[in-house]
Amino acid sequence: MNALPWDLQLLNTLAALLLLLSFAMLSQRRIVALVDLLALQGALLCLATLLLAWRTGSPHLYVSAALTLGLKVVFLPWLLHRLIRRLGVYWDTEPLLNIAGTMLLGVLVVIFAFGLAQPITALASTATRNSIGIAVAVILIAFLTMITRRKAMSQVVGFLSMENGLFFGAMSATYGMPMIVELGVALDVLVAMLVLGVFFFQIREQFDSLDLKHLESLREDQ
Amino acid sequence: MSGLDWIVQVIGIALAVAAAPVFVGWVNQCRAWLQNKSAPSILLPYRGIRKLFHKDAVIAVNASPLFRLAPYVVFGAMVTAAAIIPSIATRLPFTQAADAIALVGLLATARVFLSLAAMDVGTAFGTMGARREMMIGFLAEPALLVVIFVVSLTCATTALPMIAEHLSAQSFALNPSLAFTAVAFTMVLLAENARIPVDNPATHLELTMIHEALLLEYSARHLALMEWAAALKLFNYACIGFAVFIPWGIATSHAPVSLAVSAALLSAKLAVAGAALALIETVSAKLRVFRAPEFLATAFLFAVLGLLVRLLLGA
Repeated sequence: MNALPWDLQLLNTLAALLLLLSFAMLSQRRIVALVDLLALQGALLCLATLLLAWRTGSPHLYVSAALTLGLKVVFLPWLLHRLIRRLGVYWDTEPLLNIAGTMLLGVLVVIFAFGLAQPITALASTATRNSIGIAVAVILIAFLTMITRRKAMSQVVGFLSMENGLFFGAMSATYGMPMIVELGVALDVLVAMLVLGVFFFQIREQFDSLDLKHLESLREDQ
Repeated sequence: MSGLDWIVQVIGIALAVAAAPVFVGWVNQCRAWLQNKSAPSILLPYRGIRKLFHKDAVIAVNASPLFRLAPYVVFGAMVTAAAIIPSIATRLPFTQAADAIALVGLLATARVFLSLAAMDVGTAFGTMGARREMMIGFLAEPALLVVIFVVSLTCATTALPMIAEHLSAQSFALNPSLAFTAVAFTMVLLAENARIPVDNPATHLELTMIHEALLLEYSARHLALMEWAAALKLFNYACIGFAVFIPWGIATSHAPVSLAVSAALLSAKLAVAGAALALIETVSAKLRVFRAPEFLATAFLFAVLGLLVRLLLGA
């Protein structure tokens, strides 16, 4: 058996747990639990970043770990919970596909992602390059989460989970993006979240529901 | 293969057959404690089996010979399975006859005979139970197979004793793929042994039961064998779990000391596993039958994730 150093073992375990959480989000029916899972995913990401920062000794990873903690573990989940309370949307309707079918689809997506990441993994020189496949899988599963939900709220959670995946991918491939890019992305996510929060209220005012299928029909059709 | 190997093999089988009802008794005792009831004796399953052996069997008029044959086949399959699964020692002569994949087949044989016998008399409950049992079985089996594949990939062998030997030899390492498969295996164990999220072993409410519905037509010695086989199945599953996920302390030689240590450790592991099983059963609610596929799909997912993580991370 391989004798990896313990920090790499821990990183691999964290990567595996991230993938597991993506599947938990894919199968979750309740929006409140979905937001909690997102916060947990952020926390795992923060832990992984910290571990990697300690391993590589690069200070900018500490900063991005702190950013992850503040933004993705504390602020965004708090904001989402507040939105849920104020909009009174505690339930997500049944997803478009049944849960078992969605999860099997998720497994196929993971296999595809692993295949996709193979050449990148071969090129990368970081110690964590094996996790690139998992990062791609997390992104694609978050995408699948967005596709299989109708409600605006769960789609936003899917979007944020996708961002987590991207962040993890950057971390495993190149030990994190340059500081300025990371700050920019964090700001973008924050602004997007605030704007979407306003959008929720507008959508509900127009259609009396957060179901996005109302947005698909043109006005002339009605 | 020396004579000593065969002696240890026979001791292992005898131990499994003897200890299985006690293990079930222990699980029932723990569950009663957790539910604030006064617990039945740990030997109660034995008393039940003895009582049943002393009664006269009643068999439906239209039962075919298959109905009489099934209890012996099921019990025989479970005893054979006990011979393949390492409980206290890993040097088992039987290993050369069958590996873990054959073991899954053996368990499937028992299930098919059980279901055929339940359908044989033609009562509505028996047929319904058989159909549900097959549904659970066909969903649980792939998950169990994938669990075995993951472990086989890690150890490069499909023989359970070799797997136990290999895993007990290596030093402790964080292993996400084994952790995932352990969760998957636990879920399969619950489903296959008619435990609470999927079936309630204590129920006699006709519409929800699965395992009990299969045995409704049986009485006396046939019923005793069937219940013993069910206990042995639970014991076997527990031993598979120990061999794969916590193999430390299992005897790899036939020195009397290591055998004694291994037996003591096995009883400690069984005690903890039984208590954990009772805890799981107490804290979870029974699922609707139509939610059972979802439960088993999750088990399958865990197992496949274990496999994928194993392939990608090599850990």
